Amino acid sequence: MTRSTLYLLALAAGMFAAAPWIINAAPNEATMGLVYKIYFFHMPSAWMFLISALVAGVASARFLFFKKATADGWAVAAAELTVLFGSFTLVTGPLWARRAWGVWWQWDARLTSSLVLFLMFIAYLLLRRFGGPGSDKLGAGMAIFSMFNVIFVWVSVNYWRTIHPPTSVVPTLPVEMGIPLWYCVTAFTLLYIVLLRLRARLEHQRARVDELYLAEES
Amino acid sequence: MSAFLRIVWIVVKKDITVEVRSLELLSTTIFFAITVVLMFSFGLVVEGRAVPDVAPAILWIAIAFSGTLALGRTFERERQNDTLRALLLAPADRPAIYVGKLTGILLLLALVELVLVPLVGLLFNAPIFAHPGRLALALMAGSVGFCAVGTLFAAMLVRARSRDVLLPIMLYPMTVPVMIAGVRGTAALLQPEPELAIAQFWLALLATFDVVFLTLALWTFDPVMTD
Repeated sequence: MTRSTLYLLALAAGMFAAAPWIINAAPNEATMGLVYKIYFFHMPSAWMFLISALVAGVASARFLFFKKATADGWAVAAAELTVLFGSFTLVTGPLWARRAWGVWWQWDARLTSSLVLFLMFIAYLLLRRFGGPGSDKLGAGMAIFSMFNVIFVWVSVNYWRTIHPPTSVVPTLPVEMGIPLWYCVTAFTLLYIVLLRLRARLEHQRARVDELYLAEES
Repeated sequence: MSAFLRIVWIVVKKDITVEVRSLELLSTTIFFAITVVLMFSFGLVVEGRAVPDVAPAILWIAIAFSGTLALGRTFERERQNDTLRALLLAPADRPAIYVGKLTGILLLLALVELVLVPLVGLLFNAPIFAHPGRLALALMAGSVGFCAVGTLFAAMLVRARSRDVLLPIMLYPMTVPVMIAGVRGTAALLQPEPELAIAQFWLALLATFDVVFLTLALWTFDPVMTD
């Protein structure tokens, strides 16, 4: 672990440790009361989920079209984190929806497209795990498709009725809610960067070991 | 451009010749599609009556299932004698080979749909002859979108382990938008009072998917298939 990663990790851990107090200081929402506070975890993880999918797609494109060998390690790391933050999002979302909407799940635009993105990256990981030799290129092709596909799922399901609040809600939040929100976003971003760097490093080292083995054999 | 089309034609002709001699893919895929529809019928028919408005869903699921089966089998055939390697070694444009394989699978799927659509119409009382042109257009646009991704993935998976299970795992989430647009568009056409404006909208969306999926597939086919 490099020194900068260690500092980032310490900072992220500290921010997460302090988060409960900061979230507790935020006022209750008028109609949902205390329940809405899951938002402070739900939204940052949803953002990291989407950003991570983008990172995986871009890294895969670099690997496939520009033959950057290290880009594959970044793509794998980002794909795993997409699934990780996707599961946070898909667990916290229904918990909130149960109290706010009265149902666990609703087939609306944002939920469907998130679920599909999540499934695509699980498929990516299964491919990488069980695809055997050559699955790095196949995975890269798939990640590029996934990145574009989300836009389509988004567009196509947008014509169904939607009850998920739009992103335009964020700037309208009162300051007392805005501060904890941006605090949580920062903490999640730091955590994401740390995990991404660690996982990519591990993957790069694994590739190096494979290379050395091959060199030994020949 | 004519060289491109000539290669496409040669690949398609090769696939047709192989298929006509055995009829293996066509007969098994059609029978598979029929059994899928029957399985759904048994699952959805209550006291002798089908649940309303299920026809488009069953139709598209049957198309997706039999399409996956056909995709897997065509490339399995190419793998057995290592003919895909020969195809890729040929001094031909890779995208042309891709388009040739895609056309072959689309022709096969079109024949399957010719059996499937009347069957679903018959079993679930769907008015398939109300707007046959638009229905055919929706089926064609949907099949192109599905097979554009499917051909690329099946070709990529030829050398992978556990490809049989990986193909549907990768293909179904990826073709969700095609499924949504196909089912909604077909459902609008199969209403007792067809909703043409809605069908038009979903058809336009399907066409957009086709263009983007085809572009992406043509773009990635070459680097992905290079060793």
